[in-house]
Amino acid sequence: MAELSTADGDMASEGGGTAATGDTVDAGDAAADADATVDAGDTVIATRALTKRFRGGQLAVDGLDLTVPAGSVFGFLGPNGSGKTTTIRMLMGLIEPTSGSARVLGHPMPRATRTVLPHVGALIEGPALYGFLSGRDNLLRYDSADPTADPRTRRTRVATALDRVGLTAAAGKKAKAYSLGMKQRLGLAAALLQPRRLLVLDEPTNGLDPQGMREIRSLVRELASDGTTVFLSSHLLDEIEQVCTHAAVMAQGRLIIQGPVADLAAGARGRLVVTTPDPGDAARVLKEQGVGDVVVAEDRVTAEPPDRDLAEVNAALVTAGVRVRGFGVERASLEDAFVALTGEGFDVAG
Amino acid sequence: MSRAEVAEPSAEAAEAVGVRTPGPLWTLGLLRNELATTLRRWRTIALLGVLAAVPVLVGIAVKIETSDGSSAGGGGGEGPAFIAQITNNGLFLVFTALAATLPFFLPMAVGVIAGDAIAGEANAGTLRYLLVAPAGRTRLLLTKYATTLAFCVIATLVVATSALIVGALLFPLGELTTISGTRISFGEGLGRALLIALVVAASLIGVAALGLFVSTLTNSGIAAMATTVGLLITVQILDQIPQLHAIQPYFFSHYWLSFADLMRDPVYWDDLIRNLELQGLYAAVFGAAAWARFTAKDITA
Repeated sequence: MAELSTADGDMASEGGGTAATGDTVDAGDAAADADATVDAGDTVIATRALTKRFRGGQLAVDGLDLTVPAGSVFGFLGPNGSGKTTTIRMLMGLIEPTSGSARVLGHPMPRATRTVLPHVGALIEGPALYGFLSGRDNLLRYDSADPTADPRTRRTRVATALDRVGLTAAAGKKAKAYSLGMKQRLGLAAALLQPRRLLVLDEPTNGLDPQGMREIRSLVRELASDGTTVFLSSHLLDEIEQVCTHAAVMAQGRLIIQGPVADLAAGARGRLVVTTPDPGDAARVLKEQGVGDVVVAEDRVTAEPPDRDLAEVNAALVTAGVRVRGFGVERASLEDAFVALTGEGFDVAG
Repeated sequence: MSRAEVAEPSAEAAEAVGVRTPGPLWTLGLLRNELATTLRRWRTIALLGVLAAVPVLVGIAVKIETSDGSSAGGGGGEGPAFIAQITNNGLFLVFTALAATLPFFLPMAVGVIAGDAIAGEANAGTLRYLLVAPAGRTRLLLTKYATTLAFCVIATLVVATSALIVGALLFPLGELTTISGTRISFGEGLGRALLIALVVAASLIGVAALGLFVSTLTNSGIAAMATTVGLLITVQILDQIPQLHAIQPYFFSHYWLSFADLMRDPVYWDDLIRNLELQGLYAAVFGAAAWARFTAKDITA
């Protein structure tokens, strides 16, 4: 929890922080709840040297050791083509690994699909619907495919799932008339037909407007607070930063880093930034004040933020006659950290 | 929405979910849904519509051609089996319509349904969600095959029923003469017609299994349908080439027209049984191949 509150502080200091603070507290609750409620050990997904080489010889996933703790909201990040979806497909038993092993909810996959998958809701590579069926009939069909789903409660559960994603009004419309955002919502509803222990959401906010994205985020938090582990793949770092407690980064089929989001963010500390027409003097004063790693770039002087009160540093600058236009800490985003790790941008639209 | 609103239904669901053991009828929910979904598609309805139209066309053609008193078939013995008897007895339109649709229309319709079974789901991406539900690969394949077989029966009955109605409207009904020359009552004739319809439906088992196997090979529904129908045409052509007589008994269509033997008195069973055995063989071979392929396949669509 201590790590999480650090993250809070960081986010709040960013300025647009009211929402962020609320988010992180929610996610923290989720982690605490889950510790108490989840029974199958404390890892929900565990892979060992998981590898997939496709028939063409292309190595899609290379020796992946992934550990997803129970009750976490786990962000799975990586540029397009980094092997995220192939990993998810192996976890869901759709693809046989070339070597290595994967355990989901304590059972080996793909051998235990019938035991494991009823407890897992999944949205994989966007929604897929029967265009000639209504939204409601699509859900009825997916539900009837699950042999553990009780047919007596089917209609109630479908109605609840539709309501949860805000599609009740459009439930009778043919799915081919749905917009991309509505299809995405219906896909989510299919994942929510039963109470799940694990939700795997591959790019869940694709095609949604900002309002829809917010709704999905609050839905994820709500589910997490009920003790559901959420495994969320995304190329949008904001999304991960706002809802996830843990994250992993993939690039070119390999896992680069995984751990609590707070730790990952801590790896990329913010920078003290002074904007001034007198950069030379400013750099000298900062060094005198014991500030490390001072870098001058035109009218901007950046440095590692000192532990002491920043107000004193500012006062020292002004006392020394340095004209200061701007003074503050710029928080390094996860994006900076991850771009540094993967050497690629994330905002390539998928 | 508030959590309280969600709580009630999900508590109810949780009770059911708590068990999480499939009941003895665990597979029927999916089968029922699959049947309903298949029969609700416009494509299925259009196929059945075309099949229903064939007896109407044959019936009207025979009626027009014989309106001047001449016999159908132009006296040269051309045209589908039994066509000459239709004017005497409308029930023969059932046999004629089945004989006319069995070589091509019926297996083509079955090829469309069977070919689309797995490949169509893969093409739409819905296959991955069915498998993650989890439908189970073997269960899904069995459901698809059962639905295709149900379609064989439905399609055949649509042809037979349409023919019976058109025959009753355009021509007289009554006692009928078998191929062997004996007379049987109209009631017994109806029974034989139903039996023939079932044998015709059973003749499609092989095509259905073949189509299902092709369907597991590709992620394109159109490609699977086209391949199945293409194989059907190829086999029909090869079955006409005399030099290939050594392998012709193994073509799934070779004994198709043996259903006419049910109109003999006594019934001549040899070719009928050979047909059913051959269909069973195709179902076993291609069913096993489809299962082996589908249960080991990487689902990347």
